[in-house]
Amino acid sequence: MSMATGATVSDPAAKSGRKKKKVGGGVNTLPLLAPSVGLLLIWMIVPLAMTLFFAFRRYNLLNPMIHGWAGFNNFKYLLEDPALLHSLVVSVILVVGVIVITIVLGSVLAAVFSQSFPGEGIARVLMISPFFVMPTVSALVWKNLLMHPVSGLFAAIARFFGFQPIDWFGQFPLTSIMIILCWEWLPYAFLILFTALQSMDEEQLEAARLDGASVIDIFFNIQLPHLSRAISVTIMIEMIFLLGIFAEIYVTTAGGPGYATTNLTFLIYQRALLAFNVGGASAAGVIAIVLANIVSAFLTRSVGRRLEV
Amino acid sequence: MRLRNIAAYAAVLLSGTCLAAQAETITIATVNNSQMVVMQKLAPTWEKKTGNKINWVVLEENVLRQRVTTDIATHGGQFDIITIGSYETPIWGKQGWLTAVGDIKDYDYNDVFPSVRAALSQGGNLYALPFYAESSFTYYRKDLFAAAGLTMPAAPTYKDIDGFAAKLTDKSKQQYGICLRGKPGWGENMAFLDTVVNTYGGSWFDMKWNAQLNSQPWHDAVTFYIHLLTDYGPPGASSNGFNENQALFATGHCAMWIDATSGAGMIYDPSSSQVADKTAFTAAPVDVTPHGSHWFWSWALAIPKTSTKAEVAKDFIGWATSKDYINLVGKENGWTTLPPGTRISTYENPDYLKAAPFAPAVKQAIETADLDHPTLNPVPYTGVQYVSIPEFESIGTTVGQLIAAALTGQSTVDGALKQAQASVVSTMQQAGYTN
Repeated sequence: MSMATGATVSDPAAKSGRKKKKVGGGVNTLPLLAPSVGLLLIWMIVPLAMTLFFAFRRYNLLNPMIHGWAGFNNFKYLLEDPALLHSLVVSVILVVGVIVITIVLGSVLAAVFSQSFPGEGIARVLMISPFFVMPTVSALVWKNLLMHPVSGLFAAIARFFGFQPIDWFGQFPLTSIMIILCWEWLPYAFLILFTALQSMDEEQLEAARLDGASVIDIFFNIQLPHLSRAISVTIMIEMIFLLGIFAEIYVTTAGGPGYATTNLTFLIYQRALLAFNVGGASAAGVIAIVLANIVSAFLTRSVGRRLEV
Repeated sequence: MRLRNIAAYAAVLLSGTCLAAQAETITIATVNNSQMVVMQKLAPTWEKKTGNKINWVVLEENVLRQRVTTDIATHGGQFDIITIGSYETPIWGKQGWLTAVGDIKDYDYNDVFPSVRAALSQGGNLYALPFYAESSFTYYRKDLFAAAGLTMPAAPTYKDIDGFAAKLTDKSKQQYGICLRGKPGWGENMAFLDTVVNTYGGSWFDMKWNAQLNSQPWHDAVTFYIHLLTDYGPPGASSNGFNENQALFATGHCAMWIDATSGAGMIYDPSSSQVADKTAFTAAPVDVTPHGSHWFWSWALAIPKTSTKAEVAKDFIGWATSKDYINLVGKENGWTTLPPGTRISTYENPDYLKAAPFAPAVKQAIETADLDHPTLNPVPYTGVQYVSIPEFESIGTTVGQLIAAALTGQSTVDGALKQAQASVVSTMQQAGYTN
C-alpha cells in the first residue's frame, strides 16, 4: 500500500500569506530537478498503471484459457463479496484500536518515566526494545512461545493456577493480533511522547506544584496539552504503518479463522497468491489506493494545520 | 512478466558463455515431508554418480504450492524439478506447462501401480513420476482400546468412531480421543473433510457444476466433524495439519487419528515414535456410502517446460523414483521409512513386508481409492479429496478457512457454509462454468 500516491502536502508558508523569497537566486531550477522528479514519477506511475490495467482484465494465473477485458466485473464481484466489507472493518478496528491503546498507555508511561528513579536508563532501554524486533520474529515468538495453547507460557501459567488454557488464535484471533501490534508499537508512541515531555519547561511544572496541583492535575492540564502535537504526529505515522499490517497476520493466523483477521492488505494477498486471481487482486488494490489517498489527504491536512505555529 | 523472461534469457546466455562444462546444477522445489527430507539426505549418491549438483528449495506445503504455481504460470523458470501432486499434474500437463516423462531409458514403468500412473497422466502422456502415493486410513492405539475393553471393527463407521472417541478422551491426562486435521488449506483440513462429505453422500457440484455446499450432507458432515474435534480433540486443533497431528499421535496424545497412509512409516519407526509397538490400523470410516471415504494422493516429481536442463532433470527423477532408490532408503534409513505406494515390487519385498505390517492395508486402500467415482451421486469431476479443475485450489483454500472459522466457534456451521456456497458460486461464475 503506497501512501504517497497523489497525496498533497499543503505548504503552510503559502497558506499563511507570507511572501516567500525565491530559492536559487532567480535561476530556473526545474531542469536541474527534472531527472529526480521524473524518476520518482516513473517509480510511482508504472506500478500504478499496471495495477489499473490488470484491474479491468480477466486474468487468472491458473487458467490461461480465460483472458480478455473484464470491464467492471472484477469490481462487481469484489463489492458483492462479503469478505471485502469485512476486511475493511478489520482494517479499521486494527488501526483505531492499536492507535488508541498505544497513545493512552504511551502518554501515561511517558509521564511516569519522566520522573527520576534509580535504574531509569535500563528501564528506558527495555521499554523501547520491542520496537527493534522484526515483525515476523515477534509474531513467531508470540505465537509459539507465549500464546500456544499446549506449549506456550500463558498456557503453562493457566495450568499452574488450574485454569483451562486459552487457544488464543482460535478463540480471540483479532484480539491476539492487536495485543502483538500494541506490544510492537507502544515503544514507538512512548518514545515520541517521552521526548516531547523532555522538552517541557521545568518552571511551569514547578509553578504548578507550588500552586498545589496533584500529579494527575498536572498530567491532564499541562502535560497532555503540551503533547498534542506529538500525539498527532504519532497518530499519522502509526496509521500509515498499521493500514498495511501483513507479516503479523501471515505468521500467526493466515487471515483466519474464516475472515476474522483478514484486513485489506491480506485480502489482496489472498486474491493474488492463494486464488491466483490477478484481476480481482488488482481491483482490490485500486480500492486500497483510493482509500489510502483519502486517509492520507485528510491526515496531512490536519497534521499540517497543527504544526503551523 | 516480460522482464522476467528477458532476465531468464540473459541468465541462460551468460551461463552458456561462461561454462559449457558437463556438470550441471539443477534446482529442485519440494515439500518438507519426512520422505522428501530423506531424499535430500541421499541425493549425494546421485551427485557423485553423475557429477551434477543439486540446489534444494524445501518448503512447507502451502508455501511450496504458492511458489511453484506462480513460477509455472508466469513461466518464471526458477525450477528444473518441482514436486506436485496428482491434482496439478493432469491440469498442468494439459496446459502444456510440463515436459512429458514417459520416455526415460531403462525405467521400469510397468512396475508402477496402474492406478498411480493413470492419476499422473493426461491424454495418454505421463507428466510426472510418482515419488510416493498414499490413501487415508484409521490409526488407533491397541493398548488404549484393550484397556477400555473396546474392539475396533475391520470396517468402522463414523458412529463407531464417535462412540470410541467419547470413551477414550481423558483431558486431565492430555489424552484425546481423536486427532484430525484442522489447519485451513485445500490439501490440509479440506482433504480430510472431503472424505467425510463424500461418505455422507455429498459432493462439491452436481452434473451442471452447481455448487452443493448448502446441502444437507455437507451440513451433517461438517457438524459431525466439528463435534468430534471440539469434544474429543486436542486444544488448538484449528492449527494442526498432517505433520502436527503426526507428532501428537507419535507422542501418545491421540487414541485415534484418521489421516494419510504415508504417515504409517514414521509411526512404526521406534526412533521417531513412542507408540511404535502400540499402534494398529484399520480402514477409513464410512457412513452411508463407501465411495470417496478414503482419498488418493501422490506426490510426484515433474519437470517444467521452462527448464533448460531437462535431460539432467529426467535422469534425477528417474533415479529418485526407481526401485533401486526405494531399496537404498530401506537399507540406509530403515525399511519402514521408504517412499510407499508406488511400485508393485515394493509390496513384494520380503524385508519391507516384515518391517511394515501396515503394507497390505496401504496397498488395498490405494488400489480401492476410486478417483473416477468419488461420490454417491454422479459428478462431472474426478478426484476424491479435490476437484480436477484449475479453480479448485482457490475454492478449497477459501472454504477451508471458513470451515476453520466454524471449528473455532467464530461462526456457525450454517453461516460458514452459506458464505462458502456464495464464494464458490461466484468463483464458478467468474470462470465461466455457470451463468
